[in-house]
Amino acid sequence: MSNTAMVEKYRSNFLKEVAENVEEGEWVRMCMQCGVCSGSCPMGPHWEHPPQELFMMIRANKREEVLSSSSMWMCTSCYNCIARCPRELPITHIMHGLAHYAKRLGLAPKENPTNKFSQRFWDNLTKTGRVNELKLGLSLYFMNGFVEGIKTALKMKDVGMGMLKTGRMNPLEILGGHGVKDKSGFQAMLKKAQELEAARVDK
Amino acid sequence: MAAVKKIGAYICKGCGLDDRLDCGQLETVATREGKASPCKSHDFLCSQAGVDMIAEDIKSEELTHVVIAACSRRAKTEAFNFETVAISRANLREGVIWVRPDTDEARETTQEMADDYVRMACAEAKFTTQPPGNTEDKTACRHLLVVGGGITGMTAALEAAKAGYAATIVEKSAQLGGVVGQLSKRIATTAPFTELPDNGVAAMAAEIAANDKITVHLNSTVTRTSGAPGRFAADISTESGSTVTENFGAIVQASGFKPYDMGQLSEFNPDNADVVDQMGLEALVKEANGGAIKRPSDGKEIRSVAFIQCAGQRSQKEGHLSYCSGHCCQTSIKQAMYFKQLDSDIDAVVMFTDLRTPGAGGENFYRAGQDSGVTFTKSVASEISAGDSGPKVKFDDLLLNENVEQEFDLVVLATGMVPNSGVDIEAEAAAPAEGEAADSDVVASVPVESILNLDYRQGADVPQLVHGFTDSHFICFPYETRRTGIYTAGPVRRPMDAVQAMDDAAGAAMKAIQAIENANLGRAAHPRSGDLSYPLFRKEGCTQCKRCTVECPFGAINEDEDRYPEFNEERCRRCGTCMGACPVRVISFDNYSIDTVGQALKAVDIPDEFDEKPRTLVLACENDAYPALDMAAMNRVEYSAFTRIIPVRCLGSVNTIWLTDALNSGYDGIILMGCKKGEEYQCHFVKGSEIAHIRMSKIDDTLQQLNLETERVEVYEIAITDVERAPKLINDMAETIEKIGMSPFKF
Repeated sequence: MSNTAMVEKYRSNFLKEVAENVEEGEWVRMCMQCGVCSGSCPMGPHWEHPPQELFMMIRANKREEVLSSSSMWMCTSCYNCIARCPRELPITHIMHGLAHYAKRLGLAPKENPTNKFSQRFWDNLTKTGRVNELKLGLSLYFMNGFVEGIKTALKMKDVGMGMLKTGRMNPLEILGGHGVKDKSGFQAMLKKAQELEAARVDK
Repeated sequence: MAAVKKIGAYICKGCGLDDRLDCGQLETVATREGKASPCKSHDFLCSQAGVDMIAEDIKSEELTHVVIAACSRRAKTEAFNFETVAISRANLREGVIWVRPDTDEARETTQEMADDYVRMACAEAKFTTQPPGNTEDKTACRHLLVVGGGITGMTAALEAAKAGYAATIVEKSAQLGGVVGQLSKRIATTAPFTELPDNGVAAMAAEIAANDKITVHLNSTVTRTSGAPGRFAADISTESGSTVTENFGAIVQASGFKPYDMGQLSEFNPDNADVVDQMGLEALVKEANGGAIKRPSDGKEIRSVAFIQCAGQRSQKEGHLSYCSGHCCQTSIKQAMYFKQLDSDIDAVVMFTDLRTPGAGGENFYRAGQDSGVTFTKSVASEISAGDSGPKVKFDDLLLNENVEQEFDLVVLATGMVPNSGVDIEAEAAAPAEGEAADSDVVASVPVESILNLDYRQGADVPQLVHGFTDSHFICFPYETRRTGIYTAGPVRRPMDAVQAMDDAAGAAMKAIQAIENANLGRAAHPRSGDLSYPLFRKEGCTQCKRCTVECPFGAINEDEDRYPEFNEERCRRCGTCMGACPVRVISFDNYSIDTVGQALKAVDIPDEFDEKPRTLVLACENDAYPALDMAAMNRVEYSAFTRIIPVRCLGSVNTIWLTDALNSGYDGIILMGCKKGEEYQCHFVKGSEIAHIRMSKIDDTLQQLNLETERVEVYEIAITDVERAPKLINDMAETIEKIGMSPFKF
């Protein structure tokens, strides 16, 4: 809090930053603060700051508080808010945009489960171009430590056996698993996309 | 007016009347008791054949009066419109068969009801004459006086000129334009709502200068107004003291508003040069002349600006305005856009509690403001103090639930509108002698100059409705003041923006033209539009009690040199409040008088005490209670067959003699139905119902003198929507009579 006193409140610096850098961020200024999004959100009560409040914080120039918030990571993409917003703001997209922007700046809350899952999903996917479900599942079991992982695995063993028997899970996937045909081409493509994005952000 | 009275009665058999009633007997009643000749029945009286039959008789039999026994007087008015004769209507459909059950037991009382209504209509006809209208050769002055040369006044004059009427604008200042003339730009009202239009005053002034129907007096005020619609005379005095007197047909008062004095808002540091009101900012923008807007204290270019909405308004605090001024939210959006359009990096914050953007384009303009990057925050500002770099605003952000302090280069206060409505004549009349404590209401406590300087007995300006605004009813009769022929438009009438003010001006100008033409034809203005009757006054009987002059809601009655009332019929709205007030009954109308109602109520057949057939008289206001009862009938809501209803123009026209007559004739109960009175009144004649309630509060004495129970007379406020309630009140009275017994005054 000590450094927020230095920040000029209700200046539109951060609003402009969001408009320029966050996906659909230019819509934030159009919010009329009716609160329909917050009221429509099935996860609403669990958010630190519901969407409409986040928008007001952006306008009040609360950069640190917004970007380090876990709020936008709570969004489950149910699209209730978008369907209901009288001002037709693409709220779901703005939430993901904000989360993405916070993550890119390294301000996203490290221990947030959605953040952690998203990182694992990304790492898993980008390796072969296909999601390795066995590995992703296991990495989630052990996300919160070894003992926790064993406990979860034991709890889930009947489900796992069932999946094995019915051919829904291939244990050999643990050895590397399947991937896209042109793996290096896929990775080159990702690299290029990241370069393009970095160039856009630096601009 | 024909010398001999000749009454024709026509009874309709349609709408089931013939099945339920013995129409032959009704004919007998009309001929024998009502002395009607001819008297005819028709199967379908409002059909072309029926109407032609009546028209034929009027011609061949030289009828002067026609009694139509059919439906309510509110129905089929186009069909039964015979201009040369006086018409009275017996309400057999809504008044009788629709409110009574179709049973054999009810048949007798239903027939009695119908017989009585025919008797009453014949009696009314006997004492009515068809008013002649304007028999003198009156050529009303077709010239409008427009007081105030702001955008409202200019529009009113231009609209009147377009309609072919001359107009004279009297403007106090040295140029036309008023408040709008001081604005840099106006609120955008058309897509894309980002282009702020010019104030448009110069173009309008040029149009006025080029229009030979419009005369302009600058630096002038109206120092005396006398007369009535069609023949007003106004003294127009210039600052230098020269005065001209001119005649006008009607007046549009567009005296506008003053911004609320921000000096009264001590919490907002009004002495700080960098705290301004909305007009103050307009001045800064004009000064900048398209360049960077600079703050007053040190000329620094403004980089951050805060707008505080509802400053000193929409607040119950003493000295604040309790109402919303309607335009300030959009004005602040516009003013924030001044900065954003100059440089989008300037921070503009609007602190509002409820953002109100009325009008078709309002919401779009709000969006345009947001889109240009203005920050809107639902906040309540509590204090402004001097900060290091500019005024520091302390405010509560209601959405983030935080107390915040932030400095801005400039703070703009959105203060409200205070109407320039002149003297509050009602406060003046009620005020204690000079020197005593002044009224706590800010608006009234500021010493004010009169706008119109009317020489009316009732005061120098038009009466005010609420908060100093001069309307007489915002919803039902806009522009209509309580002075006929004088219409107010623009922010003096109610808070509004320029677009609304221009619409208002057109409306008021049209009303004013209507008033001129009505005066020319001797017709009443709203709400009895087209009524040709006017108060007739028998001076010999007058005792100079002045009740009529005081109680007239429209200031129509002056006093002459001998202290007799002097009726200005062009100012009259024909409510009859004077007639109800007169203790010696010397005031009447051709077609509505003490006799038309008094004889009708006496014509009712009163069965003797042992018949167990009581009679209840209902005097119902024709504007609300009577239609409510008609609608009840349409819904077949039943009420007591012992009821006899007489419509009255206004409850204010009810003279206590009618009640005395009714009680003496043996009526067992009397119900008076008027409109809602008081602050949220719905009376078409503004004060009529209220005055009637005051008069009737004294009726108990009369009842006690007659040794009658006070429950026999009830006064109610009835709204037009009281379709269930009005019949219920009638039935309640029937029950009461059953309880307390019949009146002993049956002979």
